[in-house]
Amino acid sequence: MKIAVCIKRVPDSEARIKVAADGKAIDETGVKFVLNPYDEYAVEEALKLKEGAGAGEVVVVSIGPDAAQETIRTALAMGADTGVLLKADAVGLDPLPVAKVLAAELKDGGYDLVLFGKMAIDDSSHGVGPMVAELLGLPCVSAVAHLEISDRTGKAEREIEGGVEVVEFGLPAVITADKGLNEPRYPALRGIMMAKKKPLEVKDAALEPGGIEVVRLSPPAERKAGRIVGEGPDAVSALVEALRNEAKVL
Amino acid sequence: MANVIAVLEQREGALKRVSHEALTAARGLADALGGEAHALIVGPAGIDAGDAATYGADKTFMAADDALRLYQADRYAQIAAAQVGAGDYAAVLVPATALGKDLAPRIAAKLGCPLAADVTSVTHEGGVVVTRPVFAGKANYTLRITAQRCVVSLRPNAVMPAEATRSPAVEAVAGASGDKAAVAKTLEIKQPERAAQDVAEAAVVVAGGRGLKDAESFKLIEDLADAVGGAVGASRAVVDAGWRPHAEQVGQTGKVVSPNLYFAIGISGAIQHLAGIRTAKTIVAVNKDPDAPIFKVADYGIVGDLFEIVPRLTEEIRRAKEG
Ligand SMILES: Cc1cc2nc3c(=O)[nH]c(=O)nc-3n(C[C@H](O)[C@H](O)[C@H](O)COP(=O)(O)OP(=O)(O)OC[C@H]3O[C@@H](n4cnc5c(N)ncnc54)[C@H](O)[C@@H]3O)c2cc1C
Ligand SMILES: Nc1ncnc2c1ncn2[C@@H]1O[C@H](COP(=O)(O)O)[C@@H](O)[C@H]1O
Repeated sequence: MKIAVCIKRVPDSEARIKVAADGKAIDETGVKFVLNPYDEYAVEEALKLKEGAGAGEVVVVSIGPDAAQETIRTALAMGADTGVLLKADAVGLDPLPVAKVLAAELKDGGYDLVLFGKMAIDDSSHGVGPMVAELLGLPCVSAVAHLEISDRTGKAEREIEGGVEVVEFGLPAVITADKGLNEPRYPALRGIMMAKKKPLEVKDAALEPGGIEVVRLSPPAERKAGRIVGEGPDAVSALVEALRNEAKVL
Repeated sequence: MANVIAVLEQREGALKRVSHEALTAARGLADALGGEAHALIVGPAGIDAGDAATYGADKTFMAADDALRLYQADRYAQIAAAQVGAGDYAAVLVPATALGKDLAPRIAAKLGCPLAADVTSVTHEGGVVVTRPVFAGKANYTLRITAQRCVVSLRPNAVMPAEATRSPAVEAVAGASGDKAAVAKTLEIKQPERAAQDVAEAAVVVAGGRGLKDAESFKLIEDLADAVGGAVGASRAVVDAGWRPHAEQVGQTGKVVSPNLYFAIGISGAIQHLAGIRTAKTIVAVNKDPDAPIFKVADYGIVGDLFEIVPRLTEEIRRAKEG
């Protein structure tokens, strides 16, 4: 089983987000970057499938700045075999150019499965995985929370509004991972040591500019200051009154 | 003159509320562009196209085939891309639901155009301009599309559906064939035991947190949700504890919600939870800790024991609704 996992370096979910001086991007000073949490599920699933098959190879691929080598090393420390960094200092907000570069890299790789996170927690496009599948002409199931593969066919479950969709497909295929798919392992010390010696190829990514231009990045609208209506059950009447006549939402 | 097309979502043969929202946004954008708003309905035979005309569609294209009752990604994408490719469209609007989030990037890839996902507004100022919450709601991008054409997915509840009746013009379009070997096939939708409204789409959400103490106490939350006609939501702490299903989780690793009214009951208001409710219109918090961070974002708060407050609230809301 040869599996590729596409991973992205993103600001940690707890990072404070400040807008940079140009008003178009985030100020990265002091921001901790991590492996995108949904991509951790994808890496874990690839490792489990390889272990289950008893043989195979897991390749992680990332488009990003030099610092994304660290992100790749994290996945290697979890147990992936090799890494590829497609170097690009700035990755824009249009997911299509990213998908094109990844599709070109993966095209002739002979992969049985290509795994993604369901979304990157920074730009949350939810786009790159299904786009790569389209570009490669592969079947794809996105936001998968349960996956079974046997005999080159797979069955995936994904959560939809008010239910769970069950989808069947044949390999090779593209899957994007949702929370619930598995519990990602923590890299063990041994893994971290071994990761340092695993192959990591670095080459330039020829990203097209894409069709989306940033007008501005702004902090979220401040919520107007709310108020404590009161204490204890006696405040309920005042709350209901405010919801009906002030906020007009009841 | 460029037009706008909304790809509508149906379930069991009826258009969903998110489809009305997408049509309303499409109507608004088409008016700004001086073009027409069109609708594309993919689904089983028998869907009422008049429903699309009511929300502003000048023309509705129907790909009706009982084999399209469930979401078949490859065929839906093929049909949509063919339809868009055949017309003069500046934008394709898709609801940002589980279906739309999967379909939108496929259409964009087939057309070779940009995707702006999960937007909360779409306008026209020297090009299509959208706003999108990013970094889990900690910032908003305002983006301009520089391409001739784009695909935009619209966050549920971001746009209020508005009626704008047009005369219904319906045109049948071919459903793509599904016999390519490579495609994935949706077999079924497994329904939960209790068919419930989805938190991401509901206009009112009543969410409970660890303050409820155990799974049984969520009865209080369900009762309040019943009284207000809303969906039940949950914090991650209670989902991790196994009290509630993940489908109900609100927040960064759960669902992002934009209801008119959000109740946070016994929820502290951790940053990852707040990430999911930033675009809620009115937030009500009940918490015994006056310093709980949830009070910093709540429009209305009551400090106190939820076990005393919530039953009273349910009762008073029931009474107010009757009266
Ligand atoms: C990467 C990451 C992602 C995460 N994603 C999410 C997410 O998507 N969604 C999410 O919700 N969390 C998420 N979290 C977890 C988040 O940090 C919090 O741990 C979680 O939201 C806390 O849930 P809670 O408010 O129910 O529990 P607590 O923080 O324990 O709060 C319980 C609250 O109940 C109040 N209370 C207790 N008893 C009563 C009573 N009798 N009456 C009234 N009030 C009472 C307490 O004062 C307290 O404020 C994430 C964390 C990480 C690290
Ligand atoms: N720059 C990137 N390099 C590699 N993979 C990426 C990159 N951006 C996105 N992805 C993959 O695509 C998924 C969806 O990202 P997005 O469409 O940006 O929300 C992520 O979870 C990754 O698996």
